[in-house]
Amino acid sequence: MTKLIYMDNSATTPVKQEVLDEMLPYFNIKYGNPSSIYSLGSTSKVAVETSREKIATTINANAKDIFFTAGGSEADNWALKGVAFANRKKGNHIITSKIEHHGILHTCEYLEKQGFKVTYIDVDEYGIVDLNQLKKSITDETILISIMFANNEIGTIQPIKEIGRIAKEKGVYFHTDAVQAIGHIKIDVDELNIDMLSMAAHKFYGPKGIGALYIRPGVKIDPLISGGGQERNRRAGTENVPGIVGMGKAIELAYENLDEHNNKLIELRDRLIKKVFESIDYVRLNGHPTNRLPGNINICFEFIEGESLLLSLDMEGIAGSSGSACTSGTLDPSHVLLAIGLPHEIAHGSLRLSLGDFNTKDEVDYVVEKLVEIVARLRSMSPLYEKVKEVK
Amino acid sequence: MYSEKVMEHFKNPRNVGEIENADGIGEVGNPRCGDIMKMYLKIEDEVIVDVKFKTFGCGSAIASSSMATEMIKGKTIEEAMSITNKAVAKALDGLPPVKMHCSVLAEQAIKSALLDYSKKNNVHIDGLEDFDLTEDPHEH
Repeated sequence: MTKLIYMDNSATTPVKQEVLDEMLPYFNIKYGNPSSIYSLGSTSKVAVETSREKIATTINANAKDIFFTAGGSEADNWALKGVAFANRKKGNHIITSKIEHHGILHTCEYLEKQGFKVTYIDVDEYGIVDLNQLKKSITDETILISIMFANNEIGTIQPIKEIGRIAKEKGVYFHTDAVQAIGHIKIDVDELNIDMLSMAAHKFYGPKGIGALYIRPGVKIDPLISGGGQERNRRAGTENVPGIVGMGKAIELAYENLDEHNNKLIELRDRLIKKVFESIDYVRLNGHPTNRLPGNINICFEFIEGESLLLSLDMEGIAGSSGSACTSGTLDPSHVLLAIGLPHEIAHGSLRLSLGDFNTKDEVDYVVEKLVEIVARLRSMSPLYEKVKEVK
Repeated sequence: MYSEKVMEHFKNPRNVGEIENADGIGEVGNPRCGDIMKMYLKIEDEVIVDVKFKTFGCGSAIASSSMATEMIKGKTIEEAMSITNKAVAKALDGLPPVKMHCSVLAEQAIKSALLDYSKKNNVHIDGLEDFDLTEDPHEH
């Protein structure tokens, strides 16, 4: 098989060499527990705090307000459950959107079982949340609004500043799941009125299993994990020092030349989309045409099913993902694609390609070439395509 | 996730296409669920002399269709009627549990095409009396 063409960077990214190099000593040389008082311990402590500082600077926050977690899902769970249980006396209502990551949606379902009320805001055809509905949904009982920064499937970037303003006016906490955005978009938590923000290092060339939650001072939140006094008594457990070091280095690299990276990604993204639209009929771009993550491409190919598309791409050495039901192990296609109004049969034929720093123009051209062949082959087998040809 | 046999049938599916003036055509599945199988039969003297299929669906749906056509080609109607979804899945060296409905769909596609044949030609086929096309393969 030819070299792998990896276009699933929204699923995860490779750890950059510079990041790995920084991490390695913290496994077996500087392995001390940051809580230990001898110098080996304080070496680790310094490394953790240096990384915290780097992350805080990136989002214009104070280092003491960054709390490390075991990833994005933990940060999401913590923000929602922590705020819900700590503010129960104030109210029991949470507002989120229909297109959140399952880290949010399944946590909301859990909270509903615990007696909380959750409103799931609709999105328009591009996947942008309905701000009027959001405003109208706020009641005296509302304690938290949680809206993702950018969608993991269709890449649409939300009007975070407006949502932050609405939340602030109403005195409601605002959490954003920024797992897909951080490392790719400039974020200033003060300017955007963000009270809590979830992040995960492996989406920006850092290691898996490490993330963080930013918590604005004054936010009333219970711990999710109880135990030792780490993370200012808010998140127990010995720190994942190599992971934390890697996350700090990765975020530093991501924001070093962000514009340059993004311009390159946008050029590749738009080239791929344009070429697909020129060479394949019955296709549909999902998500906002311009207000989307720089590397995100999400296209539906009508009359074919996403999993067979992914298997065929894999045979050509191309890694992507799909919102088809068959790839999720359920009967329904992606909740995001249904929320933007796609019929089931079209949603089944979706393909997400998420580009990263290592993709090239040649790879984009190769992928389009293969897509043309694969889509033609699968359509030639499809009874749905046959019907369309008859009508024509 | 899939056996080599499934992947082989997905890569090189047998009997893809349509049969003009087919003696029996069956279509099962639902685009909402992401899979539709259409099967065409040519029948002479109670023997399935040719079979073709078209499928909209995932890898295992395409492989199950392909395998099912191979299993009934050249067989009598009675033999084709005896093919179960489990036999199709077994011939593919197994399917993941969440994909078993694909083999059910393949069995239904055969039966649905035979039912069409029996209606068009006014012949009775044993075992089709209680065949329920509306049965949801996903519940298997």
